[in-house]
Amino acid sequence: MKQSGFEYYAPQSIPEAVDLLSNLGENAFVMAGGTDLLIKKKHGMITPDAVVALKQIKGLDRISVGPKKGLYIGATALLADVAANAGIRKNYPAVADAAKNTANVQIRNMGTVVGNLCNASPSADNAPSLLALGATLSITGPQGERSLALEDFFTGPGLSALKPAEIVTAVTVPPPLSNSGTAYVHLSARGKVDCSAVCVGAHVALKGRKVIKARLFVGACAPIPMRTPGAEKTVLGKIFTEKLAENAGEVASEEALPITDVRATQDYRNSMVAVMTKRALLLAHKRAV
Amino acid sequence: MKHDIQLTVNGDTYSLAIDPWRTLNQVLREDLNLTGTKLGCGSGDCGACTVIMDGRSVSSCLTLAVEADRKEVLTVEGLAPSGEELHPIQEAFIEKGAIQCGFCTPGMELSALHLLSQNPKPTEKEIREGLSGNLCRCTGYNKIVEAISVSADRLNRKTSKRKSR
Repeated sequence: MKQSGFEYYAPQSIPEAVDLLSNLGENAFVMAGGTDLLIKKKHGMITPDAVVALKQIKGLDRISVGPKKGLYIGATALLADVAANAGIRKNYPAVADAAKNTANVQIRNMGTVVGNLCNASPSADNAPSLLALGATLSITGPQGERSLALEDFFTGPGLSALKPAEIVTAVTVPPPLSNSGTAYVHLSARGKVDCSAVCVGAHVALKGRKVIKARLFVGACAPIPMRTPGAEKTVLGKIFTEKLAENAGEVASEEALPITDVRATQDYRNSMVAVMTKRALLLAHKRAV
Repeated sequence: MKHDIQLTVNGDTYSLAIDPWRTLNQVLREDLNLTGTKLGCGSGDCGACTVIMDGRSVSSCLTLAVEADRKEVLTVEGLAPSGEELHPIQEAFIEKGAIQCGFCTPGMELSALHLLSQNPKPTEKEIREGLSGNLCRCTGYNKIVEAISVSADRLNRKTSKRKSR
């Protein structure tokens, strides 16, 4: 790939990285794995004067899973490591599934879960499951640290609520409720390696057979990974059945706002939102019981 | 500003001064003349540029050379144990006719090496998943999958022989 004309910085700490970004101005870009940033540069979508790489910051690639603290994925934790982590596979299988279904082997060995979120693609594979789980981002910037619900992070295709010189340092998920389950399902033209045409994250919690909590998110079918509250209402407070999941899928399909693009047509996406929402609900329910 | 880096490729360490925007692929091919590593799509889709860096397969076209500083890189030139013999993966590729035009072969072989390092006894499905980031335009996938399966068996036999001694 032809690359030219940027300075490269590898700070050793987050405060140092924030200082660099503040001083370098808006044409300095944060880089974790680089698998999106360098492609954007190649395609002329961005022309960075400076790249601030995070991979040398010690401990930033930490992954931890605990019964009290929940799930912590640091900014430079690799997709491959999240996908293979035994604790995540056991307690947050939807998070591992999403990481495993992101791009291909080599990209997963370079790219990060947090980077996938920060790239803010509407089709980001790791967004729907983490949104469904009610994930929170830890952000550090010139004004200090703050937390932001992932749900409030995405503002448009490639756009996020990050302010200048802010860095997402981690994504965290609270410990799972008992009798709850989460699922990630996706669909793409080539099945494995390409961007999802439709992806759905579903989270349900049960009391007996009754659904007491439901969170549903659809990716690649709106300018941001979007919530489908009508579909959630369809299942909430009801006894879970396959028919109920199907009804929720139909409601989600009415709520989604897909367009036709290279990956799929609007019609196809609308139909598939129903199917994928149903499948995600069925799998989440299976994991909850 | 150029950055001074120490790059270890196939066991040899090089001290280089490089522009920060140059990729590992460019430095391997243009500065070190290791042209076994190919450049295909340049965007991480085709896998022709695959190398192993610190034990993981990566796309060298999306890796900045500065980020390979003080890391160990293995390219296809370093796969064979000596100038006299080939690596079992390479032997199996030849035997099974898994090489047609050859352009994807270095990337395929290194992805195979990474796969077998993580999973010494992969199923056919696992082999195909392991190669999901490598495209073959001659579409010789079946032969490639066969070759990797055969080389896995041979490598396992070697390991068990070593253990039983």
